[in-house]
Amino acid sequence: MALYSEKVMDHFRNPRNVGTIENADGIGEVGNAKCGDIMKIYLKIDNDIITDVKFETFGCGSAIASSSMATVMIKGKPVSEALTLTNKAVTEALDGLPAHKLHCSVLAEEAIKSALKDYFDKNNIPYDAALYEKCDACCHEHEGVTE
Amino acid sequence: MKVYADNAATTSLGEVAFAAMKPYFTEVYGNPSSLHSAGQEAKEALERARNAVAQEIGALPSEITFTSGGSEADNQAIRSVAALGAKKGKKHIISTKFEHHAVLHTLEKLEKEGFEVTLLDVHENGIVTPEQVAEAIREDTCLVTIMYANNEIGTLQPIREIGAVCREKKVYFHTDAVQAVGHVPVNVKDDNIDLLSVSGHKFHGPKGIGFLYAKRGILLSNVIEGGAQERGKRAGTENIPAIVGMAAALTEANTNLSEKMAIVSKKRDRLIAGLSEIPHGALNGDREHRVPGTVNFCFEGIEGESLLLLLDDKGICASSGSACTSGSLDPSHVLLAIGRPHEVAHGSLRLSFDENMSDEAIEYLIESVKDVVSYLRNMSPVWRDLQAGKREYIL
Repeated sequence: MALYSEKVMDHFRNPRNVGTIENADGIGEVGNAKCGDIMKIYLKIDNDIITDVKFETFGCGSAIASSSMATVMIKGKPVSEALTLTNKAVTEALDGLPAHKLHCSVLAEEAIKSALKDYFDKNNIPYDAALYEKCDACCHEHEGVTE
Repeated sequence: MKVYADNAATTSLGEVAFAAMKPYFTEVYGNPSSLHSAGQEAKEALERARNAVAQEIGALPSEITFTSGGSEADNQAIRSVAALGAKKGKKHIISTKFEHHAVLHTLEKLEKEGFEVTLLDVHENGIVTPEQVAEAIREDTCLVTIMYANNEIGTLQPIREIGAVCREKKVYFHTDAVQAVGHVPVNVKDDNIDLLSVSGHKFHGPKGIGFLYAKRGILLSNVIEGGAQERGKRAGTENIPAIVGMAAALTEANTNLSEKMAIVSKKRDRLIAGLSEIPHGALNGDREHRVPGTVNFCFEGIEGESLLLLLDDKGICASSGSACTSGSLDPSHVLLAIGRPHEVAHGSLRLSFDENMSDEAIEYLIESVKDVVSYLRNMSPVWRDLQAGKREYIL
């Protein structure tokens, strides 16, 4: 289908890092079923490095591809670097998404931030609250999406 | 295996229709409005086609207006009756919540122009009753417009009974019969229909052509101005090849219709039985009162667009009422109208076909949908929560 780039279709057909992690150090879930997409991210963090990451997604092709790509982009990276992952970077890595699908990449960014917040909270690690001021990853939030 | 299961979206052009059309591209290419013999030959073809489609629905040729398709016919039917109503101070229109957007959007515009619109609720089985219509009709009601068969879930409405209610109350009755004509017997006299919209490409005719039936005496308003074609009610040089092709396709579709309906219904029943084996899924729309070839299911815990993409990878063309497939944020208004919650409506699948679908293809559809639903559920956090008891099953 020409709707999506080859990259998107590759990550949709062969999603990387699907699954769960038992005793994960951080878990984040964003979106809601009513809107048609939910992403859940599991992180294993060792010495400030994301040693493993898994995801589960209920959603469209671009939601699954965005989660897959986002996990690839943060795996093996320091927490500080994962925290700077943007929806724009995810979209670019996927060779673009249709305009009305950009919120899927936003969900991916927010799912990872949410999982990191869970990790910070569990370990009493201070973090910049400004990072979490944005909308709670509702699919109805299309504005403010950076292309 | 390649399986096209999206006939409710569009069908292939039938061989008979294609053959009938061919001479009108290169040999009989005159303009029916021209006086010369080339024009008059085209004019004869136009009127033959008009006679043919009129006969197929039990109408008079003079009651047929060719349009660009079902949407234009819907627009023209509703606008025409609204204009007639307005002249008498009757500005109330009754329709349903699950009509095609060609009807709903036209009604929204009329509301802005001062009309009042009542959209009837649809029962969980995807059917509106004549009693609902009778209750909703007021002194100032000028039009009832209710679809013959729903395009997404395939449920047939009690058109004849609704038509009878409208006759009794002296209110015009229009039906969008785009998904019915050529698939089930439709007769405007028997079914008490005043206006009816048809689209050619839903029964193996060409795209971009349709017609509006309007009972004798109903004055149509133009949607397109500019010429004397179609008794001055629809300007623009007639698309003769398409009109001829549509007429040929409709005649063919209605030939041995009851036998075809029996064949398609049997295939449909097997498909419904097979898909019903998937846990936490449900057929949308009444089990009995439906067109033969449309099946629509909701599957809990998954989203429709990813389902369609993976089916496409398996060579299957299907359709979904998921928001993600439409570019809008809300899932299908039809599924919401029959009471499916958003969560479940996102996971819908429509398969539509005719007698050309092989039994082997039906089995392939069942197996493929089972595989893909289970694959997607395995990566769905919603499904995990449902299975863990953290979320309650809806289906």
